[in-house]
Amino acid sequence: MAMISGDTHRLRLIVRYTILGLIAVMFVFPLVFMIVSSFKPDLQLLTDTGSLRAFLPVGDISVNNYLAAFRRAPVGLFIFNSVVVTGVTVVLSLLVCSAAAFAFVFVEWRGRDLILTIILATLIVPFETIAIPLLLLASKLPWIGAEGLTFGWLNSYRVQIVPFVADGLAIFLFVQYFKDLPGELIEAARVEGASWGQIYRKVVMPLAGPVLATVAILKFLAMYNQYLWPLMVVQEETYRPVMVGLQYFFQLNRAWGEIMAYLSLITVPVLVFYLVLQRAFIASIASTGVKG
Amino acid sequence: MAGPAIFLIALFVIVPFIFAIGLSFTNQRLVSPNPAQFVGVDNYQQLLGVATLTLDPVRDAAGALVRDEAGAATYPALRGYTRKNPDYPGLDGMREWFSFTLGEARTFVLAKDVVFMTAILNTVVFVLIVAPAQGGLALLLALLINQKLRGINLFRAIYFMPVVVSIVVVSLLWRFIYDGNSGLLNNLLAFLSFGTFRPVDWLGTKETALGAIIVMSIWQAVGFHMVIWLSGLQTISPTLYEASAIEGASKWQTFRYVTWPGLRNTAVLILIVITMQAFGLFSQIDVMTRGGPLDSTQTIVFQAVQRGYGKQDISGGSTISVILFAIVLSISLIQRWLTREKR
Repeated sequence: MAMISGDTHRLRLIVRYTILGLIAVMFVFPLVFMIVSSFKPDLQLLTDTGSLRAFLPVGDISVNNYLAAFRRAPVGLFIFNSVVVTGVTVVLSLLVCSAAAFAFVFVEWRGRDLILTIILATLIVPFETIAIPLLLLASKLPWIGAEGLTFGWLNSYRVQIVPFVADGLAIFLFVQYFKDLPGELIEAARVEGASWGQIYRKVVMPLAGPVLATVAILKFLAMYNQYLWPLMVVQEETYRPVMVGLQYFFQLNRAWGEIMAYLSLITVPVLVFYLVLQRAFIASIASTGVKG
Repeated sequence: MAGPAIFLIALFVIVPFIFAIGLSFTNQRLVSPNPAQFVGVDNYQQLLGVATLTLDPVRDAAGALVRDEAGAATYPALRGYTRKNPDYPGLDGMREWFSFTLGEARTFVLAKDVVFMTAILNTVVFVLIVAPAQGGLALLLALLINQKLRGINLFRAIYFMPVVVSIVVVSLLWRFIYDGNSGLLNNLLAFLSFGTFRPVDWLGTKETALGAIIVMSIWQAVGFHMVIWLSGLQTISPTLYEASAIEGASKWQTFRYVTWPGLRNTAVLILIVITMQAFGLFSQIDVMTRGGPLDSTQTIVFQAVQRGYGKQDISGGSTISVILFAIVLSISLIQRWLTREKR
């Protein structure tokens, strides 16, 4: 009797792992195809799609596609631009949104609840619906820089950064987190005569690790993968991010090997980053769903 | 301390939003020598103008139906009604969207902007399929992942992986899967059917293009919602499961009476989030089909960008944005009402 139940247990386990494994294959095969193909010459890449060779690093393997991709487009510049835009936006966003949430949760001021309600209401305005008027606005905004007062933000880093620094979702996540912090800590600091700025820096922020990670990861993904906005506001090569840089590979002499090399270049670092910080990534997405 | 955030959100979300409404009543262009003029609801009429026209079949002098070579009844040319016909001023500039026959008379549904009507229809189809399918599949994956097995975290990490990859990259990769000649999907189907399957150009065929984009979009985003379901599942108290096990409940009964009631709020959240994301459908279209073939993958946002950015017609693009927002808002209100707490 014990033997039989042991066998059915093992059988069940095998069935479970088979199902899990087949689904896993469905989720990874396009990415494996991308990476493997980036090392193959065009002709072989296309003929290999007829068999399982499409997913195996076999045949004429080389890094030629990568070298060609760098010759075709300023790939290094695109990656640099994306890193600058993403990095600066993430940092500024953490500062601005956490400070705002701090003021909404701990400080009493007139109109506080109304303004918070309005900010949370902006969450139901999809970015796509304000992109077109935002384009007009960005083409007319003033800026004081090295050349004095200029108008129009198109073709710059700031047009890719500033509109995304403050964001309703980030403020919402900080507010949720701050509300659960023990209020006595803040009261005690007030009694000792600490200013709001000091409390923010020395009491609240040191406790905000998890929510900082959550917002940083969500913001990082959203910014790095942005497409619609930079497509519209950046025509000049100097400020192009990686996703818009793809256009270079669809002009004359389309070479699929080069495209795969470029896709791998801009995707694999993010995948590695994700796999290393996997738990934090998943925890951050999960935390967006807790209260809604 | 909330100052910077309030200022930025006001400038980059609320002002453009109010702008969109204001611009939709003008003829503003991105760059233009002439100042913009107020044009009332013209933009809305140009986009949403719909009318019906019922025509009787053509009869000869004796009153018998005039039939074409195939034996079907013929109808007067629509041009006669939609081109400066003083008797039908409301139909001026309209084109046929579709038509149907009731009895002998044929009813033509005319639209000012047939492409935009198609875009609305495609977007709604996309949302109506993606929202339940993606939410449901995500729940199945979450239930599958929510068991105690060695190495289960590895599978969870893999299922979530496409979420971190840009939809632009995903769309390009899937062009290889859907390719008409050497596409991976065609090769797989040919192999499974022992070579009897005739290759299909999935993205180049009117009937399959939108479906292909739907499948890919679900593949990319389902891991995201799986994780949200998982966090919902983990809030359900284990004692409830123990109780149902003691009562001898079947797996389905446990799901129906323990798991699902505990997931109510998560379900509402997921439905609303997927719906809002799905209405924004743009990148996949821009990379894979650019609205084709024959407008079968036109979407609302793709139209807004084509006009507002491509043709620099800011007012037209803004009008589409306002229409999109009205649709999103009413759908989320309907969803909230349908899923409201019943007391």
